[in-house]
Amino acid sequence: MKFAVLVYEGPYNHEASDSAYNFIKAALKKGHEIRGIFFYHDGVYNVTKLMEPPQDDRHIANRWSELGALGIDIVACIAAAKRRGIVDDVLVPNVRISGLGQLTMMAIEADRMVTFGD
Amino acid sequence: MLHTVNKSPFQNGTLASCLRFMNSGDVLLLLEDGVLAAAAGTRCSAMIEQLLQSNPEVYALTADLDARGLKRVIPGVKQIDYEGFVDLVAQHSMHAWL
Amino acid sequence: MAEVKKIMFTVRKAPHGSIYVYEGLEVKLIMAAYDADISVVFMDDGVFALQKGQNTKALGIKGFEATYGALVDYEISKIYVDRESLLSRGMTEADLLVIGEDEESEEPLHPQVVDADFIANLMAQQHNILCF
Repeated sequence: MKFAVLVYEGPYNHEASDSAYNFIKAALKKGHEIRGIFFYHDGVYNVTKLMEPPQDDRHIANRWSELGALGIDIVACIAAAKRRGIVDDVLVPNVRISGLGQLTMMAIEADRMVTFGD
Repeated sequence: MLHTVNKSPFQNGTLASCLRFMNSGDVLLLLEDGVLAAAAGTRCSAMIEQLLQSNPEVYALTADLDARGLKRVIPGVKQIDYEGFVDLVAQHSMHAWL
Repeated sequence: MAEVKKIMFTVRKAPHGSIYVYEGLEVKLIMAAYDADISVVFMDDGVFALQKGQNTKALGIKGFEATYGALVDYEISKIYVDRESLLSRGMTEADLLVIGEDEESEEPLHPQVVDADFIANLMAQQHNILCF
């Protein structure tokens, strides 16, 4: 089955991005396809390489980047990103900034859209 | 349908709203702070206990229960891992009550 | 031709205290331009987003009453309000924004106030539901 995942909250502050990540890992393990991951609202902070968590903590941006390296389309919303100072220069690899049209296509094309937020 | 709730019922009305919109046959998954609703013997336990009478499929995410040290879970609430969560989403269309 | 997918938005949060309602509206306007069968349901504190007479001037933040007041122009006309959420917040239909006007009669169009059963059944028919 084709899933799309939508994340609304920033990293560390809220459990949403951890729940989303754990859900996606489990979905991949079960052989499902991830049509895309879309970051909206403060969720766009998930993909900045400027984050530097303590070494004994998870690196949330790198985790997303690793999923991107598998070929999963990972998109931060351009309108939400610009508002919050997230631009191409600060992105981790394998992630892109694009418009809400991408979210629309995910909502239409994916069999299920799963949203994680506050 | 699958409904997911991620808020504590002690300080937020989301679970109460969700229950109002659930049809018979609908499934509930509690995750994140939502698992606090699955704790037995609390002032909010009756919400889930009552739901179980009409909708027997009520789940709580084990990882979130464990993280919060919740051992006494309302009888009838099924504990599942993330793969179980994935299965539920594959089986049902869903609404996340954010 | 592929069947047109039903996409529902649920609005459950109050406006202005956080950005969810505002940015959620941006999503609706974009999605309306695509081939999807869109409906919007206001429930819980989301009903405050449709309150008439919002004025955000003193806050210094952008309001959206004008945009919500023209949803029909964006071809979003399936707009529903949960009756119990409305009544329990001391509001009536008369407190709600107009969402546009009828093309022919030019009569103002209002969101449709409906019961929980109606919304639950509508939810069950959707391809995907986005909560903003």
